[in-house]
Amino acid sequence: MKPAEHNVERCGGASATPPSPRERPRVARRPGGRWLGAAMFLPAILYVVAIIGVPFLMAFLYAVGDVRVGSVGYHFVGLENFRSVLHSPAFRRSLFNSVIFTVGSQVLVIVGAFTLALALRDKFRGRGVVRFLVMLPWVAPVSLGAIGWKWILDSLYSVINWLLVAMHLFRQFDAPQWLGEPKLAMMSVILVHTWHVLPFSTVILLAGLTAIPRDIPEAAAVDGAGFWRTLVHITIPMMRPILNVALLFGIIFTFTDMTVVYILTRGGPYDSTQVVPSLAFFTGILGGDLAEGAAISLFLVPILVIVAYLMLRVAHRAEVT
Amino acid sequence: MAVVETRGLTKVFKEGQLGAVNNVDLVTREGEFLVFLGPSGSGKTTLLRMIAGLEQPTAGEILIGGNVVNHLSPRERRIAMVFQSYALYPHLSVYNNIAFPLKAQKIKKELHREKVEWASSLLGIGGLLDRKPRELSGGERQRVALARAIVREPTVFLLDEPLSNLDAKLRASAREDLEQFHKRIGTTTIYVTHDQVEAMAMGDRIVVLHQGFVRQIGTPKEVYDDPADTFVATFLGSPPMNLLESDDVVVGFRPEHFLPADRLREGSRIPLRFRVTYLEFLGAERILYGSLAGSRFEEKEVLSRLPAAVSEAFQVASVYDFGVASESLRFFDRQSEKRTQPKAIAWQ
Ligand SMILES: Nc1ncnc2c1ncn2[C@@H]1O[C@H](COP(=O)(O)OP(=O)(O)O)[C@@H](O)[C@H]1O
Ligand SMILES: [Mg+2]
Repeated sequence: MKPAEHNVERCGGASATPPSPRERPRVARRPGGRWLGAAMFLPAILYVVAIIGVPFLMAFLYAVGDVRVGSVGYHFVGLENFRSVLHSPAFRRSLFNSVIFTVGSQVLVIVGAFTLALALRDKFRGRGVVRFLVMLPWVAPVSLGAIGWKWILDSLYSVINWLLVAMHLFRQFDAPQWLGEPKLAMMSVILVHTWHVLPFSTVILLAGLTAIPRDIPEAAAVDGAGFWRTLVHITIPMMRPILNVALLFGIIFTFTDMTVVYILTRGGPYDSTQVVPSLAFFTGILGGDLAEGAAISLFLVPILVIVAYLMLRVAHRAEVT
Repeated sequence: MAVVETRGLTKVFKEGQLGAVNNVDLVTREGEFLVFLGPSGSGKTTLLRMIAGLEQPTAGEILIGGNVVNHLSPRERRIAMVFQSYALYPHLSVYNNIAFPLKAQKIKKELHREKVEWASSLLGIGGLLDRKPRELSGGERQRVALARAIVREPTVFLLDEPLSNLDAKLRASAREDLEQFHKRIGTTTIYVTHDQVEAMAMGDRIVVLHQGFVRQIGTPKEVYDDPADTFVATFLGSPPMNLLESDDVVVGFRPEHFLPADRLREGSRIPLRFRVTYLEFLGAERILYGSLAGSRFEEKEVLSRLPAAVSEAFQVASVYDFGVASESLRFFDRQSEKRTQPKAIAWQ
């Protein structure tokens, strides 16, 4: 990001004269060095193959076969599963829900995280404590947090409703069913997920904010810019690469996540909060139709590949500018 | 144009510690080029930042154009500041960097281009308007920062070591440019530097700072010829003033006044024997390092600075007859280090 460093890099990269022999780094070429290198690399490759490669391949094989839980044979059925998934209303519904879930929570996360980061940048009494509290939802296990939220939003024991009733905003048996009405359920799921991933984005954005040299906003203040002008014309543009990184990470975390949905609503009511990963899980694991579940989850791949590609490009651009 | 005034201005960063700026009183004059000079850590930047409104004073008042501005934000003080790092907006083109203050102060859009062109041509960067700051050299960045500062025609200019990031050659020409530039626009300017040569060359007046205290305010000639205390005497001038302790006074004389005896008028000269230990030939002048010999100041180290016009040859380890004109002597109190009246002291 810093111009000076890049000039140096650029000069280094583009210099026409080869480095003198004395400067050239000496690599010790021991016999067997190549094998040693490969051996050192092997665990990492094995790890990736075992954890990512094999399941991915299995998913692919399942998706083009007719495997069910407990079935013995395997028949190749080509793209049959994909066709049936594409035609299934449940899948279309969940894809739509996934988009709502992701867009909704990411808008909240980016706005919220940016606000928090701005607030936590300046020194104030107890900043350390507040920073710690903000981090808590991220370090606490999701399932634990989500179960807490399930109680908070429960139809009978909801603390929120108890408060609303106590404040005479609602009557006892007329209070909102946070997880029972389609629109409210989607909202609740989005909010709880936002609560969970907010700290991560906040930390990323905070790092980005503190990387802006202090005298840039000061120069803006002397130049006559107020808070909003500095924010819109200086801070946000300078944060663009970091904002993109936070957003793309957030999209991946959100699009592939089903914990919150699974614990809070199990996709209900009437599939109104069913997202693609949870549908894959319910169909493939609980419903026993491994092939179709695999096909559903494979639909995530092209989307995530695009996001990952964008992410790499953005990261690269952040380096160059 | 406005006058900047500070009254008892103090900044203490950590309670109980010595202040970074202590009880500073000063008044600029209309259109003057005032230099804050002091070693690193002497509080120059802190003082400047308080005037700009970027730092809240612990005590004291700041007045701009006769009004107390302590509680005004930087934007309300209508000053322009050039930061040591230039603080250009890295994502904006040079044009938009220079136009930013115009936009921020809601100056009519139609005037922007005209004003940016005026400022950039004044600084000779008209051809760089489409570039980004990272595509500029250090000198060009400095000019962009200056252009951004003058574009809205501020009442006061604050410059924090604007030349310290430039190499020596560029610095000399940039100094010249800055002086020309100040002559042309005539805006009251406060200029911070730790470089005494820069301060002497550019300042109408110099404020010498040390540990947050103002040691002296005066024209370059005043602070050089009549330093208010031993700190100013040794901080200005290169090589610094020779100081000799005698009872309760300190006697000082500049190396260029410590000359071979035959160069001085007989009546007023104080003869001293000088043992040369080291010679430096600098082209236009020579610096002789050595110590006094055969007086009560035996072994005291002193320097002599001889112009090229003095052509005698000097040998290392030899002793010569040197001297100082008595009117070139400066006297300081040994306790307070402050300037005192000339005193007769025993030299032998
Ligand atoms: N934000 C700050 N917090 C604490 N101490 C500071 C701060 N800014 C400056 N100081 C201290 O105040 C003193 C004066 O600093 P500064 O004004 O930057 O000096 P100069 O510009 O003359 O080099 C230094 O001792 C420095 O460490
Ligand atoms: Mg400084």
